[in-house]
Amino acid sequence: MPDLLIELFSEEIPARMQPRARADLQRLVTDGLVEAGLTYASAGAFSTPRRLVLAVEGLSAESPTIREERKGPKADAPEKAIEGFLRATGLSRDQLEVREDKKGAVLFATITRPGRPAPEIVAEVLEAVIRNFPWPKSMRWGAGSLRWVRPLHSILCLLTTEAGAEVVPLEIDGIRAGATTRGHRFMAPDEITVTGFDDYAAKLRAAKVMLDPAERADHIWNDATNRAFAQGLELVEDRGLLEEIAGLVEWPVVLMGAIGADFLTLPPEVLQTSMKEHQKFFSVKNPKTGRIEKFVTVANRETADEGATILAGNLKVLSARLSDARFFWDNDLRAVKAEGLEGMAAGLSNVTFHNKLGSQADRIARIEALAREIAPLVGADPDLAAQAARVAKADLRSEMVGEFPELQGTMGGYYARAQGLPDAVANACKAHYQPLGPSDDVPGDPVSVAVALADKLDTLTGFWSIDEKPTGSKDPFALRRAALGIIRTILVNGLSLGLSEVAFASRTVAIDQAIRAEGEFLKARLLSRREDSMNLMRLLEVLEENEDGIVRKWSKVIREFAASTAESIFPTPEMIERAVVSMANHRKAAELRSWQEVLPNLLSFFHERLKVHLRDAGIRHDVIDACLAMQGSDDLTLLVKRAEALSATLATEDGANLIQGFKRANNILTQAEEKDGVEYSFGADPKFAEGPEETALFTALDQAEAAIAPAMQAEDFPAAMAAMAALRAPIDAFFEAVQINSDNQILRRNRLNLLSRIRSTCLQVADLGRIEG
Amino acid sequence: MRLQSYWGAQGCAVLQPYDMEVGAGTFHPATTLRALGPRPWAAAYIQPSRRPTDGRYGENPNRMQHYYQYQVLIKPSPPDLQALYLGSLRAIGIDMDLHDIRFVEDDWESPTLGAWGLGWEVWCDGMEVSQFTYFQQVGGHDCRPVSGELTYGLERLAMYVLGIDHVMEMPFNDPDSPIPLSYGDIFRQTEQEYSRWNFDQADTAMLLKHFEDAEAECERILAAPETDAAGRRIVMAHPAYDQCIKASHLFNLLDARGVISVTERQAYIGRVRALAKKCADAFVTTEAGGAEVAA
Repeated sequence: MPDLLIELFSEEIPARMQPRARADLQRLVTDGLVEAGLTYASAGAFSTPRRLVLAVEGLSAESPTIREERKGPKADAPEKAIEGFLRATGLSRDQLEVREDKKGAVLFATITRPGRPAPEIVAEVLEAVIRNFPWPKSMRWGAGSLRWVRPLHSILCLLTTEAGAEVVPLEIDGIRAGATTRGHRFMAPDEITVTGFDDYAAKLRAAKVMLDPAERADHIWNDATNRAFAQGLELVEDRGLLEEIAGLVEWPVVLMGAIGADFLTLPPEVLQTSMKEHQKFFSVKNPKTGRIEKFVTVANRETADEGATILAGNLKVLSARLSDARFFWDNDLRAVKAEGLEGMAAGLSNVTFHNKLGSQADRIARIEALAREIAPLVGADPDLAAQAARVAKADLRSEMVGEFPELQGTMGGYYARAQGLPDAVANACKAHYQPLGPSDDVPGDPVSVAVALADKLDTLTGFWSIDEKPTGSKDPFALRRAALGIIRTILVNGLSLGLSEVAFASRTVAIDQAIRAEGEFLKARLLSRREDSMNLMRLLEVLEENEDGIVRKWSKVIREFAASTAESIFPTPEMIERAVVSMANHRKAAELRSWQEVLPNLLSFFHERLKVHLRDAGIRHDVIDACLAMQGSDDLTLLVKRAEALSATLATEDGANLIQGFKRANNILTQAEEKDGVEYSFGADPKFAEGPEETALFTALDQAEAAIAPAMQAEDFPAAMAAMAALRAPIDAFFEAVQINSDNQILRRNRLNLLSRIRSTCLQVADLGRIEG
Repeated sequence: MRLQSYWGAQGCAVLQPYDMEVGAGTFHPATTLRALGPRPWAAAYIQPSRRPTDGRYGENPNRMQHYYQYQVLIKPSPPDLQALYLGSLRAIGIDMDLHDIRFVEDDWESPTLGAWGLGWEVWCDGMEVSQFTYFQQVGGHDCRPVSGELTYGLERLAMYVLGIDHVMEMPFNDPDSPIPLSYGDIFRQTEQEYSRWNFDQADTAMLLKHFEDAEAECERILAAPETDAAGRRIVMAHPAYDQCIKASHLFNLLDARGVISVTERQAYIGRVRALAKKCADAFVTTEAGGAEVAA
């Protein structure tokens, strides 16, 4: 069985596109081969900056001959039908076979599709793959029309058997497939002829090309960590950078250098970001001081001077880059000392957050007001929380964040400390953005928590109020992340706060802000034209004629107010003031009413996120639904405690059976209640108990209730659930022994009331009726 | 000079800098306009470039608001363009056996020119020494055939070759000549002066007015009838494009002054792009743009 080797040799392929391209090449080619009837044993794809490679082992030498039988019309069918069948099968009349069927003589055709040799199939498949390759971005070059990620120079396509290697006949836009490639661009640029994959990989290695990206990454990582370790330092791990660098070199050579002493005073995050973003350097940390003192760069070649020239060049570039970073750092510190972070934040009024949600400064004002309200709920000082909110985003105006957006928050923290702001405020600069992803830490300091919650709530309620919700895979404002961030921040910190309450507070803050701005604008407009009009109504008409948007928006309320004033009174400033206040109140009430309609949707969005989050923690969605059905489910910490207790109980045998018992009790009770049109919630009396099982159930319920009540009081849900689970045996025994629908109406009523006790006892932690199964 | 003779020897027409303030060699009509249409082209030239926001008062070792680019444009891009390019590095004295040359993905896009291409920034020991681009679109027009564009940062290259760490310390003439002059002797003071003017002093109301004038003139020129009073068909693509270059530089100055907000920025860029697109539309109707011109 032949082995197939394909190499697509081009100008430098972007590192970030290589992993996808390897997977796509393997999938598309092997799928194509299989679809054409070939089979193969295994396949592997590789890449370097200049080549994309696929090796397929154990490919069948040809596709099998396929015989297909097709049933046609009856032998005595009209000529036309038979002609059609002949056309469809490509056969002649005498090649058809006549077989007796239940309905008589029927024509049958046997079509034979002969197998095709592998080279022919490979050529066809590869051409299609190359022409339609799903590069994220592709280009044309020269005068040609072929598209590839960068100009494609040669194609190596070989089928190798024990008998030797055969070049697959293929030509695309003037590039003819062959058996040759080239080594390292500088160290071994000559043409190499190969006979198969092993020969290819070995010859490439000799020509200073390490074919396997995983091997290059390992080599870089091991060599770099060893060098750092040898000097008592440690390499700062960065998997993404490692993979990228492995895609930038064919022959990795690790070099380590020291950062100039002038720059060691820059924050480590700045050094690391600047080196990574601009130079693709790894950072090397001194574990004793936590400072970044050295760097590792990876060259693509060996040199006679063992990399001395390369390292010297890299050092020069680094010091230029870092002196740029220091320029930003010094300027920012100067600005902070001169005007403070609050002064820096002032410029954010010119930065639009979203055209329907105002500027960044508007947003910060809302976050400040909300953080102040949330602070007492999370144990933070309201003034500190407000101050933190005011400065937390100021660094968006700093030069350093302008250059490195990913340092937002981090820089704010440094600048806040430089300004002498309290630690809680400085920490909030970075922490209020957290968590940045499902595995990122959540803020823990109360001030940070208050600002983080306020920030995310403002985002969510804002976008909900303008009906910009995530749909399907589209979530341009990362609202799912914000909601999950709120959920995790609440749960990790064990916070007890009502979600709908804070969401309502958030929206109220936003409404107040918008109405205040509109009100002031309106007041100014009214005052400016006051002298032109005899009364308020007339004044309004004047303004409306001028196409004044805000006046329109307020118009209905204004008219009501105007109508309440005396017709002939010349509008005084006081009257205008009162009018605006009254109108603002009307507008606010209306806005809050419409928010009440939106809020449930936002809450259920939170619940969905919560389910996804808890599903990862092994809690089923029906368990969460059962807990959500309870009062106070707005308090997520409490909700999750309930869910965890329920989930743990369901995992026990007693727990699972308790659900069955509960459902049985509930069903019988519900049917009876529907039938009788009454609610059986009147206390059952043990004196009507017949037999030991019924008496035992009464005793068990007494015990359970006695245990559950204090447990619920203490929010000790596991204890409450344990007490419920203990009911399982008595309930089962009761159903086993006792007929509920007794002919004796007193007994029946008493038993239904007993079932009602089971129901009310078991419904204290969660609505067990919602548990599936 | 060695770049000039190298690319001259490779068959490029060696041109002179364009006599207007531009942000990059790409703005030279020998690149922007000539990359359009089917006619083959090969040109190389030095272009002084101004980027007001990059001013650092002459303090940064390699960032300045005024610097020199060397630009090569060949249409269609030859298959051995990478090799030709590496030849040019050898020609200016970079020893390939000691240095680490890398082609790192850097897709080029000029929102103001409505242009984009794929390519790399070329790194020599971690220093970006050139930009290497295969033009795909200019002024909203697909490039057929594709041009290959090379842009060298001359100061950086010179520093590299001379082993100088700070641009201002680089000798500008022979250090042994009677009057030795460094780059700093020539440009340090101008960098300081322009940095101050660009960042703090430029009259923004005036710049804005000039921007609008340039925009209006560009559109007026292109709206003029193709045929002049004597009945000659003369489409004024180049004069119109001059106004587009002007508008673009004025926008850069306004940007450096910090008076353009994030939302406005997009709008200004869109206005310059609209001009560039109209100039490109006009150019492809001319002879140099490859249109069949009636005899």
